[in-house]
Amino acid sequence: MADKVWAYIDHFKGEPYPSSWEALGAGRALAGQLGGGVTAIVAGSQVKGVAEQAIQYGADEVLFADDVTLVDFRAEAYASLVSKLAQEHKPEVILFPTTSRGRELAAMIAVDLKTGVMPDATDLDVKDGAVVATRPVYAGKLLSQAVCSARPQLITLRVRAFPTPESDATRSGKLTEVPAVLVEADIPTKVTGYTTGGGGVSLSDAAVIVSGGRGISNNPALTPPAGMDEKQAEIWRAQEGFKMIGELAKVLGAAVGASRAAVDAGYIPYEHQVGQTGKVVSPDLYIACGISGAIQHQAGMRTSKMIVAINKDPEAPIFRMARFGVVGDMHTVVPALTEAFRKRLGK
Amino acid sequence: MDFALTEEHRMVQRMVREFAQREVAPVIKEYDRAQEMAPFVLARMAELGILGICFPIRLGGQGMDYISLGLVCEELEAVDTTLRVVMSVHVGLNSMALLQWGTEEQKERFLVPQARGEKISCFGLTEPGAGSDVAGITSSARREGEEYVLNGEKMWISLATKADHALVVARTNPKAPDPHDGLSAFMVELNSPGVKCGDIHGKLGVRAGSTGWLSFQDVCLPAGNRLGEEGEGFKIAMSCLDNGRYTVAAGAAGLIRASLEASVKYANERRAFGREIGKFQLVQQKIARMVQSYEAARLLYLRAGWMKNQGLRNTRETSLAKWFATDASFEAAAEAIQVHGAYGYSDEYDVERYLRNAKGAIIYEGTSEIHQLMQAGYALGYRDDAPLRCELPAYDQEFWQT
Amino acid sequence: MEVTLKIVVCVKQVPDSAAKVVVEDGQVTWGDAPLVINPWDEYAVETALRQQEAYGGEVTAVSMGGENAKEALKHALAMGCQNAVLVSDPALIRADSLLTAQVLAAAIEKIGNVDLAFFGRQAIDGDVGVTAAQTARVLGWPALTLVSAVSQLDPSAGTIRVERSVEEGRQVVEAKLPATISVVKDIGDPRYPSFMGIRKASRAEIPIWKLSDLGLEASTPVVTWPEITNPPKQEVLTETIAGDNPQEIAEKLVDKIIEEKVL
Repeated sequence: MADKVWAYIDHFKGEPYPSSWEALGAGRALAGQLGGGVTAIVAGSQVKGVAEQAIQYGADEVLFADDVTLVDFRAEAYASLVSKLAQEHKPEVILFPTTSRGRELAAMIAVDLKTGVMPDATDLDVKDGAVVATRPVYAGKLLSQAVCSARPQLITLRVRAFPTPESDATRSGKLTEVPAVLVEADIPTKVTGYTTGGGGVSLSDAAVIVSGGRGISNNPALTPPAGMDEKQAEIWRAQEGFKMIGELAKVLGAAVGASRAAVDAGYIPYEHQVGQTGKVVSPDLYIACGISGAIQHQAGMRTSKMIVAINKDPEAPIFRMARFGVVGDMHTVVPALTEAFRKRLGK
Repeated sequence: MDFALTEEHRMVQRMVREFAQREVAPVIKEYDRAQEMAPFVLARMAELGILGICFPIRLGGQGMDYISLGLVCEELEAVDTTLRVVMSVHVGLNSMALLQWGTEEQKERFLVPQARGEKISCFGLTEPGAGSDVAGITSSARREGEEYVLNGEKMWISLATKADHALVVARTNPKAPDPHDGLSAFMVELNSPGVKCGDIHGKLGVRAGSTGWLSFQDVCLPAGNRLGEEGEGFKIAMSCLDNGRYTVAAGAAGLIRASLEASVKYANERRAFGREIGKFQLVQQKIARMVQSYEAARLLYLRAGWMKNQGLRNTRETSLAKWFATDASFEAAAEAIQVHGAYGYSDEYDVERYLRNAKGAIIYEGTSEIHQLMQAGYALGYRDDAPLRCELPAYDQEFWQT
Repeated sequence: MEVTLKIVVCVKQVPDSAAKVVVEDGQVTWGDAPLVINPWDEYAVETALRQQEAYGGEVTAVSMGGENAKEALKHALAMGCQNAVLVSDPALIRADSLLTAQVLAAAIEKIGNVDLAFFGRQAIDGDVGVTAAQTARVLGWPALTLVSAVSQLDPSAGTIRVERSVEEGRQVVEAKLPATISVVKDIGDPRYPSFMGIRKASRAEIPIWKLSDLGLEASTPVVTWPEITNPPKQEVLTETIAGDNPQEIAEKLVDKIIEEKVL
């Protein structure tokens, strides 16, 4: 009997996207409630390895298409493939990670199968045999519970909203190769290449921000070059401090922010200022280094999903809004943090 | 009586608000501190057609009405007074005078390029020794054949160093029994030999603007540059002020709105004694008064704009709107600073700039004292507005838009 | 002027992004905050106008919504679009994305001979972001989504090349016309409406098409939102990370942060 729950494994040229495993894990949980196992769908060129990993992450079966026409993700080709498979096997629900590819793919499959797509779900539940997807709407100001009356129910899962299952190398499952559906001549787009991304991360759009405050210039361990007066030495120290912040930001793919005090003191240009009279930001992670957290700064970053504060002063107001706080000197903590992240994220 | 703004008016309002908020608001503080005019402002306003908003398309303008001019000024000043000052001198004091008093040739030569934003214009009335006492100006324009020779100095002239054209009022008849009748108005091309200009710094407010002086030494003006007839200079100057004041009134309403919005935002966020300060009655009182001032100021300038649209003489109504709105904007800014506490006293927030900017408007385009005398004059029957030889044309959609 | 390109841009009317949106008695409300053109759609209009200016042709703005969606269309007209059409029908009030795509596709077919259909990447109310891909699928056209640049458009050859913003960087894709395109912010800042445009727009009579004008039958949406709630209030539980040396503290902190999955 065909599995009721499918999970689409998104990848880029054979490199699986980590959120695909989250989708697989969520599929597992759904299968627990709906019955049956979980089938993973993999499409691409030279992707047998991805299919094997899917078994390790919890799929009972993997339907995979390995064809040179699928080497680049093209929604039309992938959608025709998955729609055909879905028509044959009739799953109840297909989960996708919400990536640029996952959303587009689910969208097109929905049209092919005249069913519904519910993108960017942050939670799943089962009610009367149907999946209820919790979706943030109005830019996250509200939460909606969406349901789909047609089958299969197509749901894309918000990245990092679901737990990553454990990978078990001893797990076994069924690998079934399936043919591609469209020939090259029938695929209406051609990917002719890639260009490297633009410059630094923009503060307003950044998912992670590392900010420095007044204390950035207060690093007695630094000796400024000869011939500088006090003010110049202060600015030099501050710039070294922001370089240190920049290192952490680089490892995290983050943007660099600053408090008004740091901007006013001339340590960093105004475009980095976060606060009521600077930019209002809403990243997933905000790391405040040497920032006291006065209300004017708070107003600029208060809606961050998670705030981490590093400050020498245990009474600093920022600690009241932080999920994690470190009472310490940022000039020693931040480099240690950069190193620790580097190791963990394999950079 | 329809108090609603038309769809067109609302779209105009939104567009100018977007421009001012997006392009000027983020950088205006820097320029205010540096006491410099942001270099892109005039060019951008010209490009977007704002400098010709209420002039007929056939004269290089955008074909909108006088109410649109007011709405535009309100939106501009809500971001910074200096943006509205550009409208006051270029549109209100200078270009609208050309529309009202200019010959067809003068309109072609001066108004069309001004409306297009190709040339910038300013207004030269005030002198170092004469402000409220317009009849006391001493600049002279001596007739010599087909020319006038202009001598004198004008001071506190907005856009003095940025403008291409100036509308200058000077004495053509020193022997006139009533000095009011000895004045004439002229369009002066500021690149003419004998013209010098310079900037004035150190003003309390309007610092991101350009305020300066003009000096004329034997500047030769062709007779065709004279606006209106000899001896009409005072009447022309007063009608210029009817239009300049209108923009000031509208702008001041925008300034009150800015103080109100800043205060509401702050009062909803700042906490003291365990709650948002907006919960305290004395803070509420300040905000309520700002609301009252804003709505009254707004209705007064819109009425004046409506009268201009109808071709009705509106000296009294415009003076009333300007006097009320400017006094109220100073009050509102002072209270906005109070709501912000110590933070309001610092330039981290905009409210201290609102106060410094508001004070200027109580002085220029007729001091509040002058307006009070005017209003009492009207009420007591001492003052009456005799019809002018040339009135500001009523807004006619067809003429303006084809 | 010879019409060489026929372009459609789809726009939606949504509550202003700064609006305070809450659920009261099970209904979504934004108080008296204004309804505006979906900000992403302004980028789409801008892109459409740039192509029209470069290659000639006409841009028609299309919206599916209630009577007030005319305002979004007027904004598009004021920016410079030549035409506008509103699709409005009581049967479409609770339309889901599939229905929306079918309606927009039908409107595009009714307009006829369209070469390009532009969309913003998503609407800021539903945040669904599938309309462009779905409309393309209904039409049988290629979908070029998340486009950050139109590198080359050749109307006579009927081809287009774009750069798309994907996770790994920018992808260069070619397709034949007709095609649907959804755009992201990098594509370029939208222009302000001009005063001429504002005047034209406020005078414009915008035709309204009903489902029957599109040859479609009313149908029930398959996706519904039976429940909407305000998000739970977050209580911050601050945890202090301590240790014997910075390295230990850093490693503990990194573990915690990674566990919370905010990276």
